[in-house]
Amino acid sequence: MGRKLKFGKPTGFFDVFDRRPGPIKKNMHYCPGCGHGILHKLIAEAIVDLDMRDHMVVISPVGCAVFAYYYFDAGGISVPHGRAPAVATGIIRANPDSFVISYQGDGDLGAIGLNNFLQAANRGENMTVCFVNNAIYGMTSGQMAPTTLIGQKTATSPYGRSVENEGYPLKVSEMVAALESPIYVERVALTTPANIMAARKALRKGLTNMKERRGFSLVEFLSGCPINQKMTAQQVDEWIEKEMIPYFPLGCFKDIAAERKPISRPKPTFDKKKVLNALVSSAGITKWGAKSTVLRKELRVKCAGYGGQGILSLGMMIAAMGQSRDINVSWLPSYGPEMRGGTANCSVVLSNNVIGSPVVQNTNILIAMNQPSMNKFLPDLVDGGILLYDSTNIAPPKTDRRVYAVAASDIAIKLGNIRCANSAIMGAFAACLKGFELEDYEDAFEEAIRQTFRKKKELVELNIKAFHEGRKSVETRNV
Amino acid sequence: MGQTIKKKKKFVVEITVDECKGCGRCVSACPKGILEMTTKVNMMGIVYVEPAKEGCVGCGACFYACPEPGAISVYEIDEADE
Repeated sequence: MGRKLKFGKPTGFFDVFDRRPGPIKKNMHYCPGCGHGILHKLIAEAIVDLDMRDHMVVISPVGCAVFAYYYFDAGGISVPHGRAPAVATGIIRANPDSFVISYQGDGDLGAIGLNNFLQAANRGENMTVCFVNNAIYGMTSGQMAPTTLIGQKTATSPYGRSVENEGYPLKVSEMVAALESPIYVERVALTTPANIMAARKALRKGLTNMKERRGFSLVEFLSGCPINQKMTAQQVDEWIEKEMIPYFPLGCFKDIAAERKPISRPKPTFDKKKVLNALVSSAGITKWGAKSTVLRKELRVKCAGYGGQGILSLGMMIAAMGQSRDINVSWLPSYGPEMRGGTANCSVVLSNNVIGSPVVQNTNILIAMNQPSMNKFLPDLVDGGILLYDSTNIAPPKTDRRVYAVAASDIAIKLGNIRCANSAIMGAFAACLKGFELEDYEDAFEEAIRQTFRKKKELVELNIKAFHEGRKSVETRNV
Repeated sequence: MGQTIKKKKKFVVEITVDECKGCGRCVSACPKGILEMTTKVNMMGIVYVEPAKEGCVGCGACFYACPEPGAISVYEIDEADE
């Protein structure tokens, strides 16, 4: 006797749930009668029917559906609590070919992740949010949710939710429908067969909108949590019909998909060179990827002085130099709330390896621009470390480290602007690096100066001049 | 006038016993009252549902009401092969 499968396990599911630990590989982890299973089935069916599976990423929330990736034969990511729309935004912006279902519960979407969700809705990201509203926190065993009904008893509202204490339940669909960007908002229920078929239709409409790249769709599913409601599946369905639907009316709140043109966003690129160029498009850097052999070891640099001496830009220029030669760099400023006059220092790390921490405690090179800063940071200088100090305003220190005195402020004043002292002392820094085999250090530092002063072009030449003066002042002493 | 008389299609519903969690959603969904809760337990120790009589109309209500992916299958019987 021949027979044809009319309704059976949707092919959007894995045949065997190998990702699920334990001996049970065919069942879901949900409790008996849970609404998640019904919705999972609708999604698994729809992504295959609509031919979206190969580009689909189903984002699992925190909540019972956290293990959704066990089941769907599609892409899946588990994300931090409430952050599904933010991660979804990243996915679709970086891979515009992909489709994203942000699967979220009422705690995930309505409480901790409400801002992430609302902002994504308001940006009109091309995604479908499946919002499972069961009026209770399921995974954590039945606490009050933002959508818990007035009078509903939960673990954390044992006398029932009250308007006086907790306010009214959050109407998410109505709220989202009021925004300009979302194109489709509908509330459905996973109860009777008729309601489930309406839910199936709504879900498919949302997914179709996404496939046509029209924007943000929200489908809210009223769903039962029989275990935490302490009811049978039949009782919870009745409860939804009698209690929930009067407060959360079913229906379509917004459908303007037909009016909206497919959205087009800036095209992403993964070409490293293009990304780097985009980041420094106006920087005038000419030698991207010209790998320098300057660093055999990690170099941890501390620049210190008072605010206004250009300490932070000094660190920035050193970092830019490293960046332009494909060295990993970090730059970490530390300064008081005042813009000028307070103490300022910054930590720069240059390394050919991954930088573990941007914090510099054991300093290889200390650049001190005033006396208090030198006194403060000199003890941190490692054995074999180098101290560079502005000899114009600092007395020679008593230390057994290698010391370079640079009259940076004097050089800057001679050139006509005290504020280029930082470039002068960077020249001395470059001269010290010569021992580290930086062959083209002059080019690299000049590029770094151009990049740093790209918005103040008149200062570029002055700073380059100061840089070379500072460099020569060390070199001519032949240390 | 066409002479074709549409043959009444026959359907049968099958429960994969070990995948049933016994919530009873299919029992209340079935418009023909075919499915019934048994008094037997499956591999997981759960009292499961079985079709108690014939007369499935192939509407799929039980399939969509069931939260388990593969617990319910509905087949269309091809009479020509009989």
